[in-house]
Amino acid sequence: MKKLALLFFLAFVAPVFLSPLSEARLSPRKAILQNGLTVVTSEQKALPMVTISLLIEAGSRFEPEGREGLANIAARLLTYGTKSRTALQISETLDFLGATLSTACGEEAASVSMTLLKKDLDTGLQLLAEILSASTFPAEEIDRQKQSVIASIRAREEDPGQVAQVKFIATLFPKSPYGRPVEGTAESVKRVDRPGLLEFYQKYYRPNHAILTVVGDVSHQEAIDRLGKAFRPWEKGGASVGPAPRPAPGAPTVIKINKDLTQANIILGHEGVPRAHPDYYAIQVMNYILGGGGFSSRLMESIRNQRGLAYSVYSAFEPEKYAGSFQVSMQTKNESAGEAIRVAVEEIYKIREQGATEEELKAAKDYLIGSFPLRLDTNRKVAVFLSQVEFFSLGLDYPEYYPVIIRAVTREDVLRVAKRYLQPEKLIVVVVADQTKAALKTPLDTGRGL
Amino acid sequence: MRIFFLSLILLSWVASAHAQNFQIREAVLDNGLKVLLLEDHKSAAVTFQVWYRVGSRNEIDGKSGLAHFLEHMLFKGTPKIAPEQYSRIIAENGGNSNAFTTPDHTVYFATMSREKIGVEIELEADRMTNALLNGTYFAPEKMVVMEERRLRTEDNPAAALGEVMAAVAYAVYPYRRPVIGWMSDILNLSRDDLHRFYQTYYAPNNAFIVVVGDFDSENISAKIKQEFGKIQRGAEPPKVTLEEPPQRGERRTALKKEAELPLVASYYHVPNLQSADGFALDLLSVILAAGRSSRLYQDLVYRKQIATGVEADYDGLSIGPSIFSVSAQVMPDKGPAEVERAIDELIAKVRAEPVGERELQKAKNQVEAAFVFGQDSIFGQAMRIGQFESVAKWQLINSYLPGIRAVTAADVLRVAKKYLDPDRRTVGTLIPTKGQAQ
Repeated sequence: MKKLALLFFLAFVAPVFLSPLSEARLSPRKAILQNGLTVVTSEQKALPMVTISLLIEAGSRFEPEGREGLANIAARLLTYGTKSRTALQISETLDFLGATLSTACGEEAASVSMTLLKKDLDTGLQLLAEILSASTFPAEEIDRQKQSVIASIRAREEDPGQVAQVKFIATLFPKSPYGRPVEGTAESVKRVDRPGLLEFYQKYYRPNHAILTVVGDVSHQEAIDRLGKAFRPWEKGGASVGPAPRPAPGAPTVIKINKDLTQANIILGHEGVPRAHPDYYAIQVMNYILGGGGFSSRLMESIRNQRGLAYSVYSAFEPEKYAGSFQVSMQTKNESAGEAIRVAVEEIYKIREQGATEEELKAAKDYLIGSFPLRLDTNRKVAVFLSQVEFFSLGLDYPEYYPVIIRAVTREDVLRVAKRYLQPEKLIVVVVADQTKAALKTPLDTGRGL
Repeated sequence: MRIFFLSLILLSWVASAHAQNFQIREAVLDNGLKVLLLEDHKSAAVTFQVWYRVGSRNEIDGKSGLAHFLEHMLFKGTPKIAPEQYSRIIAENGGNSNAFTTPDHTVYFATMSREKIGVEIELEADRMTNALLNGTYFAPEKMVVMEERRLRTEDNPAAALGEVMAAVAYAVYPYRRPVIGWMSDILNLSRDDLHRFYQTYYAPNNAFIVVVGDFDSENISAKIKQEFGKIQRGAEPPKVTLEEPPQRGERRTALKKEAELPLVASYYHVPNLQSADGFALDLLSVILAAGRSSRLYQDLVYRKQIATGVEADYDGLSIGPSIFSVSAQVMPDKGPAEVERAIDELIAKVRAEPVGERELQKAKNQVEAAFVFGQDSIFGQAMRIGQFESVAKWQLINSYLPGIRAVTAADVLRVAKKYLDPDRRTVGTLIPTKGQAQ
């Protein structure tokens, strides 16, 4: 097996970091296999287990119009039949090893996650290579998945938080793949067929559009050797997956959805920034102070602690590769929906007008820097983290430069990004509630003429 | 947080040690506070947890939700620490902190670096005896808890069904009351209630500490002793003496509520993990519904396509009498009766015929692998140690895998016959209603 190593070249070796007191070392290393598959590894020997995470550019934004939900069904069907195994044989194999293998689909990428004992690594890699290169999409499995997805679209309707989220995203990114749920609709799912799935799979499930991260009790070289062997049959595809989408944000509006609920589920927000945006880090510091900082945030203090209006309230700038969103999310009893919105909007105005104090800035920076290692305290977290670092092209030295960038953010930066990227005049407000009890005025009474 | 977990959620940790024994160090301070330490240097973090042996099972009728409300109020300051400063201090030191209440315990925790963990130790020692509870934050925090109840239970159909079913399955034992409390009880809780409960149950001799992660045992023991050692031992808190009488005959209940898909669930009375039958019950739940090759999944979700998903849980890590639950969400256009019938047929089969050797081995492999995977997280390990300590003694962890390995097909058959008896169960159905709001 050693000679296979010659087929690959080592692209990058990062130095060791993290606290020298613990044994914790990420020591991430990267290589690109001959078939174009990017591999990132981090050897963690404490437990006899391995976690594998695959990200592949096969998300819903690549699916053809009218077949919304196809990418999701393709991802789900990966473990339902290959050239040499039936769906039941695949689940029997995994369950007998006590291994977990799951697939998921987002707007940009589909993902596959696998955790198994080290002794079962070869069996697992073999299976993983098979589902990525030799899935067969049996007709009866397609029907079964379509039924299952249609049921989950139905079930989502009983989660008011999800109902609000789906509506918010649809209003924020109209006529864009980013604006529709990855699952599609019951109607579009019904139109998904086998030729369409096979075509999508052949085109997008290609190693040169994928990042495979291996974290656990396996060295870089051993991982590369074993992957080279197992993934040899997976052939490279075309170079480009298509142009980057440029979604245009929807107009500000207030949307009320009526349901028999005790609480109003509220989302208010607007466009954000993509991950590569130069102000991304300053925005994260500002948002920590506004509503991202858990019990330390202003929204939590004013809405939960002082007024008792909500159990959970937070704000987030969620970055995607080519777009982003800003949203405040909270739940309050129907009757106080208007008050909660007014207070949240006021906090947005306040930080735009006054910025943050020196103490708030220091607290935000100390948390973001100090808690960074906690984001890497399990193999699973490390696997997801390294996949994201690679997907967003942040560089494997990200954990080293992150504290430096955060430390450099100033009060002026916070004020500047608050003014520029918080845009209360552009707010899209979605309220899922018993609307009779919520009795929201139109336009909303925010005291700011929203 | 101020979060509360249903005990069922905690179950997932049952099935998780690397095949060798946990190297846990135990010490007991003079005031009765037990300290359990597990060094684990694979990540640069320490999780520190204080477990109070008090939960909703210690409440009385009319005062449900008291343990949980008190947990919230422990974030409202002491003479030294201003309201809400606790979370801020931990965050400024790069830590994540929170708390949760279960039927059996109330747990406060933070995860942070070894250099900073002393901050958490000082804050936890302070609020073990010095919490104020009577600040101006009392009224708004009560509203927060009511919002929490609306969020987690009132507007969550599955949780709402679980609450109704527990109230029917337990006639006497306090597990019949929800951890978060009935809405009218929460509304009526007073400052005096909080004070009495705090005085009664928050004492070093009614708590234990679990620390897992990247620390030095000698140093951290000294720090814990320094901060907690000065706290006086309290009076012994009253014991829960209630016992659940045996159930003789099936109980049925239904919940009509705004929802999309029906749910069907059965709760069977079972002993906790201290019983020798616990290991076989654990494997039985795996055989029934863990993984896509499991019996219920294959039949209801895959072959018949009458359920969107199935679950079987053995909640063995409870102090009081436990529940074995089986549940399924019904596919659109299928009926709950059909799903219940299909589940009943499979339960009847597992009570009539022994499981195959390979099927049993598969279940054992699943439990053993999950046990190893569970050690990936220091927080998960601390949770597991705490749960075992609260139910039995933490030492039971080290007999868990040997216990699982020793189970035979005859054992599984025997426990299925004994416990999955329709006369000992409560069946609950969620019946969706829609569009009732005007």
